[in-house]
Amino acid sequence: MTRCALFLLPALLCLTGCQKETQVEKANRDGIFLMGNSSEPKALDHQLVTGVIESKIIGALFEGLVGDDPEKDDGLPPGAAASWEHNADMTEWTFRLQPEGRWSDGYRVTAYDFVFAYHRMLHPDLAAPYAEMVYPLKNGEDYNKNLRGRILLHANVVPGVTWEDAKDIAFAGDAKVALEKGAKWPDSTTDAQRLDFVKGTGLDALGKEALEWIAADLTRYPWPAGFDPVKAKSLVDVMAAKAGDDLFELANVGVSAPDELTLKLVLREPVPYLPSLVRHYTWFPVPQHVVLQHGKISDRFTEWSRYPNLTGNGAFKLKIWRVHDMIEVERNPHYWDKANVGINGVRFLPIENPYTETRAFLAGQLHTTYQVPSDLIKEVKKKAPQEFRQEPYVGALFVRVNTTRPVLSDPRVRQAMALAIDRQQLCDYILEGYFPATSLTPKMGSYEPDKILTFDPEKAKQLLAEAGFPDGAKFPRFTMLISRPSARASAEAIQAMWRRHLNIMVDIQNKDWGSYVSAQQNLDFDLAAAGWVGDYLDPTTFLHMWTEGNGNNNTGWHSKDYEALLSKAALEPDPAKRLEVLKQSETLMMSAYPILPFAWYSRNYMLRPEVKGWHPLLLDNHPLNTLRLER
Amino acid sequence: MFRTLFSRFLQGLIVLFVLFTITFFLIKALPYGPFQSDKAIPGHIREKIEAYYGLNEPVYVQYGRTLGNLLKGDAGASMRLEGLPVTDIITQAFPNSIQLGVVAMAVAVLLGIPLGVFAAWKKNTVFDYGAMMIAMIGICIPSFVIGPLLAEKFGRDLEWFPVTGWSRSSPLSWILPAITLGLASAAYLSRLTRAGMLETLSQDFVRTARAKGVGELAILTKHCLRGGLIPAVAYIGPAFAAIISGSVVIESIFAVPGLGLHFIKAIETGDTPVILALVLLYGALIIVANFVTDVLGVWLNPRLRSSR
Repeated sequence: MTRCALFLLPALLCLTGCQKETQVEKANRDGIFLMGNSSEPKALDHQLVTGVIESKIIGALFEGLVGDDPEKDDGLPPGAAASWEHNADMTEWTFRLQPEGRWSDGYRVTAYDFVFAYHRMLHPDLAAPYAEMVYPLKNGEDYNKNLRGRILLHANVVPGVTWEDAKDIAFAGDAKVALEKGAKWPDSTTDAQRLDFVKGTGLDALGKEALEWIAADLTRYPWPAGFDPVKAKSLVDVMAAKAGDDLFELANVGVSAPDELTLKLVLREPVPYLPSLVRHYTWFPVPQHVVLQHGKISDRFTEWSRYPNLTGNGAFKLKIWRVHDMIEVERNPHYWDKANVGINGVRFLPIENPYTETRAFLAGQLHTTYQVPSDLIKEVKKKAPQEFRQEPYVGALFVRVNTTRPVLSDPRVRQAMALAIDRQQLCDYILEGYFPATSLTPKMGSYEPDKILTFDPEKAKQLLAEAGFPDGAKFPRFTMLISRPSARASAEAIQAMWRRHLNIMVDIQNKDWGSYVSAQQNLDFDLAAAGWVGDYLDPTTFLHMWTEGNGNNNTGWHSKDYEALLSKAALEPDPAKRLEVLKQSETLMMSAYPILPFAWYSRNYMLRPEVKGWHPLLLDNHPLNTLRLER
Repeated sequence: MFRTLFSRFLQGLIVLFVLFTITFFLIKALPYGPFQSDKAIPGHIREKIEAYYGLNEPVYVQYGRTLGNLLKGDAGASMRLEGLPVTDIITQAFPNSIQLGVVAMAVAVLLGIPLGVFAAWKKNTVFDYGAMMIAMIGICIPSFVIGPLLAEKFGRDLEWFPVTGWSRSSPLSWILPAITLGLASAAYLSRLTRAGMLETLSQDFVRTARAKGVGELAILTKHCLRGGLIPAVAYIGPAFAAIISGSVVIESIFAVPGLGLHFIKAIETGDTPVILALVLLYGALIIVANFVTDVLGVWLNPRLRSSR
């Protein structure tokens, strides 16, 4: 046996000896960019995903109306649209598409594809998780939420009834009742069961059979007192006739295509940052001809978004997709700007383990990595100072506070906890390269929020004493949730700072990610270490979530004044004034301390020197078509 | 023989059914589901998605439907990697896992058994202690330590093997993950082999052989190896199944696109179809491995034959 091994070893050495060229060197020759992309994308149908990992690949395969500038955050180079203009109050925008715009199968990219895309994105049955990104389109929200009564009444298709007449009707119902299966009730359903169902469900969600059943005897539905039976009959008849129909046309959603190359968007409020917003993939087009070939407009996850059917309008097209292994894209021969595409393809490698990814980079297997784990930064800085990159990124880390908990409901307590966090120390020793946060929204463009957060242990002690806990006496022992091992170090540091400066003890509990998220959504937590990354370069990407009922708020805090300021900003056509109002709203929210921000993100990653045309960008959306690889 | 086969087959089916049922209800008891993302999904959208996957129905209805579909051979599609058929996941990732498992098992057998025989032969000498110390270290050091060490040394420093990545056509990329994965089993195997060999070596027929002047090497290989391997063989079957299903750490360290990562990720996100399919697959694998082990055991050990 040992003899056998003696023969094997030299044989192996021989084999390995042949591998002289690293993968990066070979890729440089082939013009392929090797990109670490952390994990497998959930899917590549950009209307059904919400993640950052997906955005990198989608950005190579598809192109939005406005392109990404490789150097400037606020640069707005033409993308699928060659030019655009807007009316005075920025509620109507006209985009003129590239005359040479082509899908990767050679078909023309038309304005109808965009209309189809926004129709699909908002289609109630598609249930796109990120549909609210396109809610700025007028009536988009009504259509997406399938507010059928409202849509029909606004469209004036119900004879003799106006929205004013009917606005007291509980269209959406109030109770959760099992959804009607298909359009039919089982034969066994009793009238009492039907009455319950109808009452609880509301007119909007009822199927044809239920509506006809009500039409047969109008007393079966709880109409508001004094509602005219004639109007009720008219309404129910129209709703029954339209039951199951797609109400897109009637909803009058603010998107239209006057001709093949002109796209008109009508917005519900002024959106001065629309060109920046449409760079997000939720606003990208889908190829109508391909989507419909593989299913209906409302079908989730059909074959259209898989290899080899996936058809995009971006600089690249899908070449290989092996789950958990790699996704490779190659030049799209039909791309309108193909002459200026600097590389032949990109290989996205879903390497989950950041240590493995860094090792792969150092061994010459990658051009760039997704992240360098913070405990490797010192080492990497030493080993590869040229390649290590540390750049600001629009994201914030904060402690989320459940303001419905006793004691934590006292703003003085929350402020004391905020004042006792030494952010500079955190960023110096633990969150290397991160920036001490002075508010929630990091500086972006001309928006810079007031500096609310400071480190002031004396004042913190005083506030805590005022709240009834002098020197932390009898302060309840709260628990801070974390979900990622990487969050533990900063959580422990904050724990220590609170103990030192306020003399209060906080426990740290690590939960698996799903439980961590649901605990926060159900307000079943005290404190949670959390983070948020912006989707576009406007403060609203950080500010909208703190409104009442928003699924990402999860603090129990909300304020009418805050929401009034946000609405005021939304209606303000002057960009400078608008930002001023947003700043006020942020100051209002931050002064209530529902969250305790402690750091602004930086992205720590590696990039090889032969990659040219890659510049620091706040949103980290590096256009891949303008990259070049030097040999 | 056929009767045994048939009854084992039936037993296997029952085990799989119980496994399915327990797993299904455990998943349903999870406090989270697959449709949780960094950014909360609005209520009206979530309801639609849940209705789409039938998650709004009573659990027993879901149970019946899932079982029915599985019996028809339809494992459904992943909810984490939405829309990706479970069969695609298995056909893409399982061959990699099998390949890795086979190579790792080969490493384990080729290293472990000779080492064990050698140690038994040189019983209570420096060689024996040395070999067993190596084995003990192999068992004690976890793979997430050995893996990165090997990758750093043989991948990055010496550049003999790629530090990460997996290519079905390039055996070089198999070596480091397979060694990492196989090492612990090799260590354990060597100890089992040593013990088995020692027991066999102490038996009367060995003394007889020695008295007849048979050479030491012939005694080891011809007379004792078959008997001495019995404990090792009993271990190999289940170990093989464990290696295939438990390679997630190695998959993570070496970025191997195997089933382990799918399994862990599916559990983390409550991805019912994938968890169920993989639990059943692993279950079936273990059942088959155990069965093969039993057959091999009978072949190796005549004493078992007479007892049947």
